[in-house]
Amino acid sequence: MRRHGERIRVVVAKPGLDGHDKGAKIVARLLRDAGMEVIYTGLHRSVEDIVSIAMQEDADVIGLSVLSGAHVPLSKRLLQRLNEENMRDDVLVLVGGVIPAEDVQKLKDVGVDGVFPVATPFEDIVAFIQEKVA
Amino acid sequence: MKLESGIEVKKVYDWHDLEGWNPETELGQPGEYPFTRGIHPGMYCERVWTMRQYTGFGSPADTNQRFKFLIDHGQTGLNVAFDLPTQQCLDSDDPMAEGEVGRVGMAVDSLRDFEVAFDGIPIDKVSVSLTINAPASILIAMFLVAAEQNGTPFDKVPGTAQNDILKEYIGRGAWVFDVPGAIKLIGDTIEFCAKVAPRYSPVSVCGYHVRESGATPAQEIAYGFAIAEEYVQNVLDRGLKVDDFASGFSFNFNVYGNLWEQVAKFRAGRRLWARLLKEKYGSKNPRSQWMRMIAGGGGSGLTWEEPENNIVRGAYYALAGALGGAQTMALCCYDEAYTIPTPKAQLISLRTMQILAEEIGLDNTVDPLAGSYFIESLTNEMEQKIKEHMDEVEAWGGMTRAVKEGLIQEKVSQQAYEYERRLRTGDEVKIGVNKYATGAAERQEIELHPYDEEAVASKVTELQELRRSRDSAAVQRELTRLETAARAGENLMPYLMDAVKTYATVGEISKVFLNVFGAYKEPAAV
Repeated sequence: MRRHGERIRVVVAKPGLDGHDKGAKIVARLLRDAGMEVIYTGLHRSVEDIVSIAMQEDADVIGLSVLSGAHVPLSKRLLQRLNEENMRDDVLVLVGGVIPAEDVQKLKDVGVDGVFPVATPFEDIVAFIQEKVA
Repeated sequence: MKLESGIEVKKVYDWHDLEGWNPETELGQPGEYPFTRGIHPGMYCERVWTMRQYTGFGSPADTNQRFKFLIDHGQTGLNVAFDLPTQQCLDSDDPMAEGEVGRVGMAVDSLRDFEVAFDGIPIDKVSVSLTINAPASILIAMFLVAAEQNGTPFDKVPGTAQNDILKEYIGRGAWVFDVPGAIKLIGDTIEFCAKVAPRYSPVSVCGYHVRESGATPAQEIAYGFAIAEEYVQNVLDRGLKVDDFASGFSFNFNVYGNLWEQVAKFRAGRRLWARLLKEKYGSKNPRSQWMRMIAGGGGSGLTWEEPENNIVRGAYYALAGALGGAQTMALCCYDEAYTIPTPKAQLISLRTMQILAEEIGLDNTVDPLAGSYFIESLTNEMEQKIKEHMDEVEAWGGMTRAVKEGLIQEKVSQQAYEYERRLRTGDEVKIGVNKYATGAAERQEIELHPYDEEAVASKVTELQELRRSRDSAAVQRELTRLETAARAGENLMPYLMDAVKTYATVGEISKVFLNVFGAYKEPAAV
């Protein structure tokens, strides 16, 4: 995937009702320290909000953070919305949070590019983004 | 070595460390001011802490069964988990609730759900804690009405509600209404319970979640007290005297990290809260000066790697809670880094506390660490640290202002990042994670709680059936009365009691609050 601007632009998003934002904020700071431009959406965002923020911000990456267990339905809706807006090929979609092992494949099946469950090493997230968004 | 709160620990402590220290004024006897040694004279020798595992999932009927399972195994209180739609004031059939109904807790729409959830539970004996915040006033009203239906009059109902919205803006994020209205609702519950349901503790102020969000142990206590002071002031402003209501306050604090630091923070916190109430607010009733607390074995201390190690961590956290003088305890279960706990995991947590209380001697004598050179020195230093952090909040203009401007959120989230970095570099030791780690091989081989899609579907059907069968004119009438009273600034609890009796739902009542109080908007962060 080709980068849109000078620096990689990432929207870190909290979809749905889950209010646990420590992880999202930690990842936001991590990616910023790695030289990326990070936009954090704040809590309780609808999938529609997130896609329109990504559009306005000309994002290369959308990273969803979900700790409530609703990661599969939320990701599915996000991917649908990106397809409707013809943005699917422009943006890398990542999901992090409390993701049981058996759901990793389910997320990939609905079109998520990278899944980073609890305890993922920081470097893996950064390296994955840098490799995919060249 | 240096503790998280920034206090240096020496290799050896001796009598020089306590020179000039007066145990008579700094400790007193257990059950006496300033309550450093505990709020009751006999503590666990007379009654061990209440064991109250956090429970709730799926439908109220599912949750009722799990409650009975835990009570049958010797649990002495209930700690109710609600699903995210309920926490966010949405009904189960709201489009935003899709995929979340009954997932992380019990789904509640109306009084009907409480009737089912507490069916056959002796509400007058088993104290119930409602872990709910934005819609707490509505759920307290439902709970009191359900208790009355069960034959327990309001003035005999024990229990607590979490009902601490300021910490939701700092961490955990289950906020809905704008700050002034949300604090007013909390003031309403405190005033109402003080007058009508004096055994009910309407607020449990949560340092716990602030700690989870990145605060140090000293900040956890300081920020908890600063939050509590905002609620105290709200009720004082209504003309009540501090001793009319302060005994209804309780606290929810966290246990993970260094054992000694946790014990000292509880002892120091108890002393400081008592002094604050007496010296700053002029309290004369010892009960108002009690820092009553639930100690929660903290989720942030548990690990996804080698999850069985969390059973061991839970036991040490419970030990810290017991040595710190907690009134109630709940432990996060070993499988909670994966999903909500299985019955097996909950039973292990309950057994952990029972073993501690009844097998190995935590009920032998009160405050066994009192007089230790180290523990008393650390308690003194923690008290100082807590005061410094409280002064900082005061300099920001108080906790409400610090929250509105995002100052506190910024501070704790920066600290959370730094802590996470220390974990990654190994500067903060986590066994099985950054030390003696064996790799990812066995990580997922534990039994997990499944999500029941059918229970969700039937919850939505039941709600729609309820909407058809209830007296809609009565619902409308009560919602209109509620709105008028809210605009007039009245205490809303009596109106909420009337509204929930008509089976008005959490979502319908919350729409009234949203109309009157407005929605909260986060300050720009990170």
